[in-house]
Amino acid sequence: MDLQEFVQHFAEQFDETDASIFTPQTKFHDLEEWSSLIGLSVIGMVDEEYDVALKGNDVKGSVTIEDLYNIVKSRI
Amino acid sequence: MAFLEYKHVRIAGMASGMPKHISSNLHPGRKEQAFFTEYTPEDFVETTGVEERRTARHLCTSDLCYAAAEQLIKDLKWNKSDIDALLVVTQTPDYILPATACILQDRLGLNKECYATDMSIGCSGWVYGLSAIMGLVETGHFKKALLMVGDARRRAAGPPSPLFGQSGTVTAIEFARRTTPVQFHFGTDGSGFDAIITPDGGSRNQFSAKSFRQEDVEGKMLNRLQTRMKGMDVFSFGITTAPKSVKKLAEHFGFDYLDADYFVFHQANMKMNDLIAKKLKLPAEKVPSSMRHFGNTNGASIPNTIVTQLTNEAQNKRFICCGFGVGLSWGTVAFQTDNIVISKLVEVKDKIATDYVV
Repeated sequence: MDLQEFVQHFAEQFDETDASIFTPQTKFHDLEEWSSLIGLSVIGMVDEEYDVALKGNDVKGSVTIEDLYNIVKSRI
Repeated sequence: MAFLEYKHVRIAGMASGMPKHISSNLHPGRKEQAFFTEYTPEDFVETTGVEERRTARHLCTSDLCYAAAEQLIKDLKWNKSDIDALLVVTQTPDYILPATACILQDRLGLNKECYATDMSIGCSGWVYGLSAIMGLVETGHFKKALLMVGDARRRAAGPPSPLFGQSGTVTAIEFARRTTPVQFHFGTDGSGFDAIITPDGGSRNQFSAKSFRQEDVEGKMLNRLQTRMKGMDVFSFGITTAPKSVKKLAEHFGFDYLDADYFVFHQANMKMNDLIAKKLKLPAEKVPSSMRHFGNTNGASIPNTIVTQLTNEAQNKRFICCGFGVGLSWGTVAFQTDNIVISKLVEVKDKIATDYVV
């Protein structure tokens, strides 16, 4: 599992936020476009791409995209 | 292994009653605007697929089920005195006591020699209710029965959620000596009991003045009599559990699920349902949806989708239907239609009830 690829998949869930601003260190809850609806898209993406079922607390408890990546990686 | 199979029972007909009034999500009313704090109505509609839904201020579940049942009984040309059983599945009964089924027995003028009770389950409710009532009819002792699944007016006032629509559906079940088997798979995961929950008003947390206390639930202010949902948990549960249940059913009974003509899933929200269909590699034309115009109608969303989207296309078709939600609970059923009667959607005018009111 590749971190850069995960960041790219994560960025694809956003419509308005420019993809170039996403890095592993991005604090995604602080992004203006972030909402619980985007959270659903992220859960769907992780299920589709990595076959991992995330819980709401996994998303809420993660600060950076890399935090979430680490949770997904530990469950593959 | 929670599998069931019945061989002497068939679905004779289906009907749905809905309020005549349409609530638009793109142009929310003053009270509904309270919901759109985190995202815009446009974003909500794009993600959930719910543009509008049917709502009424006064109609209860029994009012909508009653209207649908009168229409279906007429369309089926059934004699009311032949109906042996009535099962109501709802999370919004008219009263905490008695069972809504008892009120409907009298209101419909059914025989007093009638088995009638309620079942408390949510979005898996039509599949669970179907298995329960079919089990009664399979014995041959009961010949005709009605399953009513619906939810209308909520138990507590407050800003309405733009996701949910109101309805009352009826599914008519009949004993049949020779028919194609009806097959079920069920599952339950009570560890997710609080994923969708109404905290107060039961005996664990008795109704009290504190029940009106507003609490911040994932950014929304709700009191303890309103139903709260851990949206992301429910989403994750739905997209993983529903496809697995369909696959398990097909594997257990030895058929290829892709051979079915229609797949009707609980209408949770569009994003969730699109992912479920994608995971099962289903072609879009086999997966009807009623979310755009009627929203998430809880346990009734499967019959609502069949009644509103497949009114004239449901004849001699093989269906796979899967309901999933509060509990957490899920169920999948496979059946073949044969001479099924689908009534046209019954639209019910909102009015303050005068009968069966205390």
